[in-house]
Amino acid sequence: MADENNVLLRVENLVMHFPIYRGVIGRQVGAVHAVDGVSFTVKRGETLGLVGESGCGKTTTGRTILRLYKPTAGNIVFDGVDLVKLKGEEMRQMRRKLQMIFQDPYASLNPRMTISDIIGEPLIVYNVANAKEIQERVEHLLEIVKLNPAFANRYPHEFSGGQRQRIGVARALALQPSFIVCDEPISALDVSIQAQVINLLEDLQKQFNLTYLFIAHDLSVVRHISDRVAVMYLGVIAEMASRDEVYKSPLHPYTQALLSAVPIPDPVEDAKRKRTILEGDVPSPVNPPSGCHFRTRCPIAKQICSEQKPEFRELRPDHFVACHFADQFVN
Amino acid sequence: MPDLLLDVQGLETTFKTPDGVVHAVNGVSFGLKEGETLGVVGESGCGKTVTMMSVLRLIQSPPGKIVAGKAFFFGQDLLQISNEDIRHVRGAQISMIFQDPMTSLNPVLTIGYQMEEPLILHIGMSQKQARTRAAELLGMVGLPNAKERLNDYPHQFSGGMRQRVMIAMALSCSPQILIADEPTTALDVTIQAQITDLVKRLRDELGMAIIWITHDLGIVAGLAQRVIVMYGGYIIEEAPVRELYANPRHPYTLGLLGSLPRVDEKEHTRLFSIEGQPPVLYQKPEVCPFAPRCKWAIEHCWKENPMLESVAPEHRIACWVDTKTGRAL
Repeated sequence: MADENNVLLRVENLVMHFPIYRGVIGRQVGAVHAVDGVSFTVKRGETLGLVGESGCGKTTTGRTILRLYKPTAGNIVFDGVDLVKLKGEEMRQMRRKLQMIFQDPYASLNPRMTISDIIGEPLIVYNVANAKEIQERVEHLLEIVKLNPAFANRYPHEFSGGQRQRIGVARALALQPSFIVCDEPISALDVSIQAQVINLLEDLQKQFNLTYLFIAHDLSVVRHISDRVAVMYLGVIAEMASRDEVYKSPLHPYTQALLSAVPIPDPVEDAKRKRTILEGDVPSPVNPPSGCHFRTRCPIAKQICSEQKPEFRELRPDHFVACHFADQFVN
Repeated sequence: MPDLLLDVQGLETTFKTPDGVVHAVNGVSFGLKEGETLGVVGESGCGKTVTMMSVLRLIQSPPGKIVAGKAFFFGQDLLQISNEDIRHVRGAQISMIFQDPMTSLNPVLTIGYQMEEPLILHIGMSQKQARTRAAELLGMVGLPNAKERLNDYPHQFSGGMRQRVMIAMALSCSPQILIADEPTTALDVTIQAQITDLVKRLRDELGMAIIWITHDLGIVAGLAQRVIVMYGGYIIEEAPVRELYANPRHPYTLGLLGSLPRVDEKEHTRLFSIEGQPPVLYQKPEVCPFAPRCKWAIEHCWKENPMLESVAPEHRIACWVDTKTGRAL
């Protein structure tokens, strides 16, 4: 956190609980602890990869940052402004700078709108251009994402998955945002198409100096695209550091197990690896384990792990870990 | 060839759709040896699932139709025998596990009931015997308190547990061949590791042959002995696993391997991307189906569809170009 000016987004102790209502009078009987105290910063122009298994709260974190949900607690400071405190029109204006690319390119485009309507809609909503300018801008955006501008009047069903995801990218770029949450943008695509979209996202980042929060469950993709990586488990960040630190010398037992579970497309390398296979499933976020959330599956858990929540400590410069026993892995 | 457990020759399957007839599988031939693990790799729509479903005659007809081909298994052609006979093969001698464990289990029947069914049907066990065997099988795939869980319904299990149940069910009649159709795609990476580990252990204990269908070149690397790569309803490359990853020859295989980011990536390089997208074949192609996306394509690729030819021992590709030199083979 050296250079304060360089930080575009600072998330502090973000908590997002979804209430569960039961019974005739709809009494609240519990809450899904989707995000349970998450803090991180994203620097200008960098990509922070947020990685974890399904249900770990990575998507909720991304959506809460854009205030698509009202957070239960915590601060989201974007460019010096706390988004949690913004109301109505102020927040609406702020959203121009924060955009999102969604996972499912089939569900996130309205099938009854043409491509030019979809990409042009943000421009109309924010009233930033007249009809002619919108048309020019849409054509320009289609060129940017390498689609033929002549397709502008077609409908989403006429496009393949990869092309639809490009349309989603063009829509996100329409208002010239500085920050984009990419929520699993490639996991619904075929392998050969994934690389096209990853390359496009990298090109656009350079071209427009974008900052990404890249949410994914695929550790290989996150390694490829991220500058820094945060690993989430059941609503908390287990480990956060630069990409090389996380992948070369992970300090949290969960990160270690996760990395060893990823298959490598190379039979010789794959045979050499030592694998740690985690037992059991991720516990329910309705009733997360006491103390450290990972302790029920952790190979090195001890008594203290069920009693005390591990602190998020900086064990190496800019390398943060939430584990009582991570010190043994330093060097 | 007597040493082949399953011998598929010239398989062709089509589907009638409102837009025309789709040629999903266009003359696929492969063999499976006893105890061997064969990986079948390809993107969605390449025909990998349809090939295996055709072999077991699980293609719904209409719209699907097996147009040509033979599939020999213990001397009989699975594509010719009666419906009654194939029922004794399915689930008993060749069994299949599917991608989505939620939709392939019946949600209104208990796990116990669904596990007993094949045992009673195929082996002729009594209900009581079947119950005991079902509990043993669940124990074998690592389900805790198996006996009590037989009375539970599928929704009471997690995704990984359901896939374990599916595996237990598939193995219940000790099949010679297990066909696994993307069984770990819907699962998280730590659970995926649990399942592949389980399958490896069971393979070594029970000695069955496995056909593992997947789009993930990573999983195949650690699991299979031999790999088939499919594209547009054709096998375009076939090789032993180490040979395939060390010396991929077909432009499509090269492209696939180059477009994969790796978790052990040494330095940041731009991913190789295959432009365009996989074809939907309304006509049986007369030229190479990969030619429109291929950066090695030469004139001849647009004239004739290449056949699978040997380029090294046990290594066959369907391509006119030598990707090592860029010249015609």
